[in-house]
Amino acid sequence: MYRIRFHGRGGQGMKTASRILGSAFFLQGYEVQDAPRYGAERRGAPIFAYVRAARQTIQERGIILEPDLVIVADDSLVPMPAAGVLQGITARTVLLIHSGETPETWRHRLNIAGPLLTLPAEAAAGAEQRFVGTALAAAAARLVGVITHAALEQAVQLELAGLGREIVSGNLNQALAAYELMAPQAGLVSEGEARAAAACQRPDWVELPLDEADAAAAAIHAGATSVEVRTGLWRTLRPVIDYQRCNRCWWVCSEFCPDSAIRVNAEHFPEIDYDHCKGCLICVAQCPAHAISPVPESSEAQP
Amino acid sequence: MTRALITGNAAAAWGARLAGAEYVPAFPITPQTEIIETLAGWIDAGEMECRLVTLESEHSMITAAGAAASTGVRVFSATSSQGLLYAMEMIYAVPGYRAPFVLVNVSRGLQTPVTLEPDHNDVLAARDSGFLQLHCATCQEVLDSTLIAYRLAEDHRVRLPALVNLDGFYLSFTREPVEIPDRAAVDGFLPPYDPETTRFHAGEPVSQGVVVLGGTYYSYFRYEQHLAAQRALEVYDEVAVEFAQQFGRRYDAVETYRSEDAEIVFFMIGSFSTKAKDAVDRLREAGQAVGLVRPRLLRPYPAETLRRALEGKKGVAVIDQNLSMGMGGVLHGELAGALYGQAGMPPVLASFIGGLGGRDIAAEEFYEMAAVTRMACQEGSTPPPRLLYTADELRQMRKLQAVAHAERMEGRK
Repeated sequence: MYRIRFHGRGGQGMKTASRILGSAFFLQGYEVQDAPRYGAERRGAPIFAYVRAARQTIQERGIILEPDLVIVADDSLVPMPAAGVLQGITARTVLLIHSGETPETWRHRLNIAGPLLTLPAEAAAGAEQRFVGTALAAAAARLVGVITHAALEQAVQLELAGLGREIVSGNLNQALAAYELMAPQAGLVSEGEARAAAACQRPDWVELPLDEADAAAAAIHAGATSVEVRTGLWRTLRPVIDYQRCNRCWWVCSEFCPDSAIRVNAEHFPEIDYDHCKGCLICVAQCPAHAISPVPESSEAQP
Repeated sequence: MTRALITGNAAAAWGARLAGAEYVPAFPITPQTEIIETLAGWIDAGEMECRLVTLESEHSMITAAGAAASTGVRVFSATSSQGLLYAMEMIYAVPGYRAPFVLVNVSRGLQTPVTLEPDHNDVLAARDSGFLQLHCATCQEVLDSTLIAYRLAEDHRVRLPALVNLDGFYLSFTREPVEIPDRAAVDGFLPPYDPETTRFHAGEPVSQGVVVLGGTYYSYFRYEQHLAAQRALEVYDEVAVEFAQQFGRRYDAVETYRSEDAEIVFFMIGSFSTKAKDAVDRLREAGQAVGLVRPRLLRPYPAETLRRALEGKKGVAVIDQNLSMGMGGVLHGELAGALYGQAGMPPVLASFIGGLGGRDIAAEEFYEMAAVTRMACQEGSTPPPRLLYTADELRQMRKLQAVAHAERMEGRK
């Protein structure tokens, strides 16, 4: 069975990537299971998705503990323990990172022996980050080596059908470029074996002690804790206010902001709290004067 | 017929569409919302002839479902977790209307604390309501069970609403290959709903939810619901046979997997039972006679079938993905009730609580549950109930508490 994990941020197309790869396997005659897993269903929040593919009915479920291939769309997630990118990686796990840095840098940084590849960030889509999910799915398809060009193309068309011809064609181009780029590594990823019962360690179960109710209640004894969580890190696109255009209506962007991350200052100009703005861009859509623009976080154009 | 990769939620929506649901009262809740979104999309595109109405709460939604079912239309609805609980007053009320409809519940753990991931405490809160309950393990089963549920609920010998349960995330958001039957094949299995005499017309008024004082009348009406639910056992078997004839997939009230010659069996419901099958295969490879017994039908409770499936076994590892505070696992208690005092029943029923709030049940935990149960059989004593929780998890919990404690002390300064 192939066990593949995609890691990225909400909005980077990880669910779609897992579905493109899942559909490609399915079209190739495999039994498939694919699923996203997310906590906060918000743009920019870390998410992962997984694909299982096998010739027989798949009985396994849930998170993949021992992946054959791990794909990372956003390299800032690698050092983040909560994202669990490196969980269960063994010497035979292939790690593919979408990154501007070299595989050597990552190998040195992570000190891992297994195969490590990068999909160069610029090669993914001429800095068009929004195609990255499709490109990574295509790279994965080539790395497993059992998915034909035709199956991949059909899978991209199937999964993106609702988005219009132009987007499908842009994604197809990126997919095929990544598929070609990985050609020298075709078949690098192999199917993991089912582990025999005797080869498993016994679970280290414990008796839960009865604790004082005070400690055992799911309560947070502090105020304004959400201020401490820098949800601004989730952002992939940053709303930027053009103060020349802002007509100081003073309430629209601020009222619509679901995170109360826009305040109106004494001069009636709105100010965005980038520590907590998640980049949902509702303000961009609502601004009556069209004074707010989205700017990619990775772009040089940020203020 | 097409075979496609679809989620459990899409499978539930396909079930409603193929059943020709005519009215869908709806209210969104994660992880169920995709079901009503899918239906709304089809209705909007003219692919499904149906009226979907968004209600202001699940309480109203179930009231609307019961009232609409009383008029003789085919009704579908879906909810999850706190939504099911918010509707609970009406969940217990509408079965008494004796008007059938199908409600899909996407299991999600209950608060407090809040979670999005699944366990079965939500659906088990509806256990004694009069709703029939079908529990699914795969996306295919979600679609098929929805069709079966209509046949069962609408049968004139039953006439009770039915609840089809699937696990959040593990089925709701997970795509698997699903055979989507043609409408014509479904029509051959599930004819249009014939409400017979229970139909409410403008010219023939009916009052539902009436008052009876004195236990005599009350006992009669309540016990009739119980008898109808029990009758559904026999009807279910007929329906399952017909379903298999039409579609080639057999869904017995109790699924047994490699259990005929097993000494130890796992006993559980829901999507994690496919993981148990994997564990059974691995244990069989290691020479151990282990199997799985899984009730699909939980209400009515297939006690006689379970007794037949478990007769002669040495031990049962009951895995409850639920927790009745102060008692333990609900399935364990129910199974003990069904087996107690009957000849030839397994002497050991070991109780395991696992998978709360979507916690994984790892392969090695299945192996260990089998080992613990086997040991108990050898020693002739039932082990104390066991929560599946590792030392590592407790360390993680203690770390969180240490942070919380430090912050609390900080706040007091």
